[in-house]
Amino acid sequence: MTTIQEQQRIQTEFQEKMNQDELLNCMRCGFCLPTCPTYIESGYQESHSPRGRIALMKAVVDGVIEPDEDFERSLDLCLGCRACEPVCPSGVNYGHLLEDARDIVNQNKRFSMPVKVVRNAVFKGLFPHQERMRGLTGLIGFYQRSGLQKVARGTGVMKLFPESLATMEKVLPKVPTMKEMKNRPEHLEPIGAKTHKVAFFSGCLMDTMFMDTNNATMKLLQLAGCEIVIPKEQACCGALHGHSGEKEDAKALARRNIKAFEDTGVDYIITNAGGCGAFLVDYDHLLKDDSEWKERAQGFADKIKDISQILVEVGFHEKVPLELPHQIITYQDSCHLRNVMKTASAPRTLLQSIKGIQYQEMENADRCCGSAGIYNIVESEMSMQLLDSKMVQAKATHATTIVTANPGCLLQMKLGIEREGLSGKMRGVHIVDLLLEAAQTK
Amino acid sequence: MLSNTVKEKIISIVSPANFDDSKTGRLVYSYDATPNFQSMPDAVVSPRNKQEVSQVVKLCNEFQIPIVPRGSGTNLCAGTCPTEGGIVLLFKHMNKILEVDEENLTATVQPGVVTLDLIHAVEPKGLFYPPDPSSMKISTIGGNINENSGGLRGLKYGVTRDYVIGLEAVLPNGDIITTGGKLAKDVAGYDFTRLLVGSEGTLAVITEATLKLIPMPETKQTMLALYQDLEAAAKSVSKIIASKIIPATLEFLDQPTLKVVEDFAKIGLPTDVKAVLLIEQDGPREVVERDMARIAEVCKEEKAVSVQLAQTEAEAEALRTARRSALSALARLAPTTILEDATVPRSEIARMVNAINGIAEKYDLNICTFGHAGDGNLHPTCATDSRNHDEMERVEKAFAEIFEKAIEFGGTITGEHGVGVMKAPYLELKLGEAGIAAMKAVKMALDPNNIMNPGKVFAKDSRKRVVV
Ligand SMILES: Cc1cc2nc3c(=O)[nH]c(=O)nc-3n(C[C@H](O)[C@H](O)[C@H](O)COP(=O)(O)OP(=O)(O)OC[C@H]3O[C@@H](n4cnc5c(N)ncnc54)[C@H](O)[C@@H]3O)c2cc1C
Ligand code: SF4
Ligand code: SF4
Repeated sequence: MTTIQEQQRIQTEFQEKMNQDELLNCMRCGFCLPTCPTYIESGYQESHSPRGRIALMKAVVDGVIEPDEDFERSLDLCLGCRACEPVCPSGVNYGHLLEDARDIVNQNKRFSMPVKVVRNAVFKGLFPHQERMRGLTGLIGFYQRSGLQKVARGTGVMKLFPESLATMEKVLPKVPTMKEMKNRPEHLEPIGAKTHKVAFFSGCLMDTMFMDTNNATMKLLQLAGCEIVIPKEQACCGALHGHSGEKEDAKALARRNIKAFEDTGVDYIITNAGGCGAFLVDYDHLLKDDSEWKERAQGFADKIKDISQILVEVGFHEKVPLELPHQIITYQDSCHLRNVMKTASAPRTLLQSIKGIQYQEMENADRCCGSAGIYNIVESEMSMQLLDSKMVQAKATHATTIVTANPGCLLQMKLGIEREGLSGKMRGVHIVDLLLEAAQTK
Repeated sequence: MLSNTVKEKIISIVSPANFDDSKTGRLVYSYDATPNFQSMPDAVVSPRNKQEVSQVVKLCNEFQIPIVPRGSGTNLCAGTCPTEGGIVLLFKHMNKILEVDEENLTATVQPGVVTLDLIHAVEPKGLFYPPDPSSMKISTIGGNINENSGGLRGLKYGVTRDYVIGLEAVLPNGDIITTGGKLAKDVAGYDFTRLLVGSEGTLAVITEATLKLIPMPETKQTMLALYQDLEAAAKSVSKIIASKIIPATLEFLDQPTLKVVEDFAKIGLPTDVKAVLLIEQDGPREVVERDMARIAEVCKEEKAVSVQLAQTEAEAEALRTARRSALSALARLAPTTILEDATVPRSEIARMVNAINGIAEKYDLNICTFGHAGDGNLHPTCATDSRNHDEMERVEKAFAEIFEKAIEFGGTITGEHGVGVMKAPYLELKLGEAGIAAMKAVKMALDPNNIMNPGKVFAKDSRKRVVV
């Protein structure tokens, strides 16, 4: 429940803080409607479309409606996938509007106690602290290795959790041990002739739960002739905070990262998670009102590059022989990689250059899979609806391998495979893991 | 506000899930693509079939509740803005393609079918549905029919009207009628089909339509002709048609439009020229090649600085898509974009373009022009800011002058976007008093309680356009 007082505060802040020009920029042409997953899945409800959400934000600013429950519902159900942006001829920056709106709503709401505890734990206690992330991952590792997992599954405790969470438990990767996680090198030499000096953004989740993928990324970069530095001081990118209306926390993390990478003297900062990358390239916007940091943020943002992009740029796929046993492979875009970092063709180029595979483009590969940060947990129902549609398209390709470029999407694909009862017949894999596999198969 | 009795009755017809009177639910149907119009409906109702439509309409007639039928709300005349409240009737459930009849070359569809979905459904069968408004990815057939929409192919193939051969409609008293059908010939009584096409939701609710399809043209070529002189481009248009060639598409874009479109589409459109013609011809290969060669000649005679043929279908599609995005891309220029729809006989295109530029200068306004040059349908578009009241007044005056000019040149106040609320004050300019009276008589006969989209088409007082 949002009280009347809370609503009034939200309304006032909307009037003060929302970018009114951006809101007016939407000329309501509706070009964005057919790209919006929530509009389609809600049975064509305008309140769950980008045009509708923008109109609602504007109406709150104009005082035509109050920011009531339904209004929040409309914002909550948005995936933040930003598929509506590239198709908008007026160039409305929907992502920024959404971030601002969520920030205002969340900062002026008194959450119920349990929600507050969870939010605090996640946003303040966990993600900004790499050692705690390791701790949590270590705990999952303990759970997996100790036999507890078997017990939990046997007793059916998992049935107490929402469906997506319960299944998630099954698809989490085998996590590394504490010792493995702590031994991240800080500098790596290229293999063969040097092409670039790059820094690697290791990420919080990627460097714990998906550590193997990070190691594979580094290996690929080395093979591509990159000298790599991995600054120890770097932190979580802040995307989760930014998208959940915790903007100040996101800014603090941004400053920490900018500082960590500033004096590395590298050509690029490489990311291997679409979600992080897109948030990092947007640091200049995040810190636009901070005179001290604005330019530094710009310098940082200009250097961000996704792994697949740099690999194509240095001709990795032409230099290094890539081969796999025969299989059909399809690719699920990471929304933010595609819509914000504008990287759609590089991953496909890389995959198509693997000998032995048959690449099959999936219908609507550019549509969100429903993972979207913590969306699949907090909006489980819509998320699963999206995932089901996605799996229909995935199955139609007859692929046995679904490739993604973001940890969230990867888990979601694994979840989809599990839900369809296809584990064993189909697998989900991060593009860098597959590329390394292909580079090593001779 | 709807009374509780009415509310309960509607809910009992359509079920609770298809009735929404929440504030959010109503707000998102309070506008359409027309700038500066907004007005809340009392409720949003989504019927699932014609019986439900009929029952809802009957009820509204009894209680004199306005009905605003709505497709995707992409119209540009405030046609779906519920200016007098009442219910918005939504066709999101009625969106099925019921039949594609390959023997009679027809398609039967529900009103909520998205135009592009229909095109995609018939093309693999070698059939062609020509009406292609730039909004076709979103617009619905019901909306197309009620606005009599045209598109890039209008010059050669005509507009929506030319493809609607049968309708099923619910009259304001709740009666269900059918008009026309699959027949190629039918002269039984008044042509109600034609009366309902372009009626902007003011006469009846369309619940089903039978559309004419034609065989898919064998080939198509796309060309871009560049000009350093607006008039030269406009003259080329008249001359191409005077040389007895009817291209499938003949579109015009001026420099400011080119710039914003390129800014969005990034396909390498030339932005250093004053105007561009996008020309397409389709049909048998020999004919297309011959026509395109002749068109290229004409363009060069008329001082085109360059004439380029698209090399691949992908390139051609990129050009068409870019053209279709012109309107929304213009919205990048300023907070408010006011697009108009003045149409003149095509021989007058050059004079009209000149007149528009003169008027823009006179009122010190930024007006870009693009449009379906081949059918004389121009879209002078003003980039402005609705918060600047002084400028808005000048916009008002400028557009009034543009319409008067269009009429003076033998044209009309709208070529495809409809009258709605936007153009209502000007209708008399085109029809005269007697014309208006005749049309009102038809409206009164079918809809004596004025429940169907009231306030649209007929203005309370003529000539003054209300923008702000
Ligand atoms: C960017 C852009 C480009 C455009 N380009 C073109 C173009 O090239 N050519 C063109 O002609 N138009 C164009 N339009 C205008 C608009 O898209 C068309 O008028 C379109 O046909 C509207 O379809 P819709 O489904 O959105 O209808 P709506 O806007 O929802 O409704 C249009 C009218 O039809 C009525 N209506 C809708 N369904 C029914 C029904 N079942 N029964 C009775 N009445 C009904 C409504 O009451 C309203 O009066 C453009 C619009 C935009 C925003
Ligand atoms: S495409 Fe852009 S301008 Fe058009 S309705 Fe969507 S956000 Fe608004
Ligand atoms: S971000 Fe995605 S879900 Fe949200 S409005 Fe845009 S397209 Fe729809």
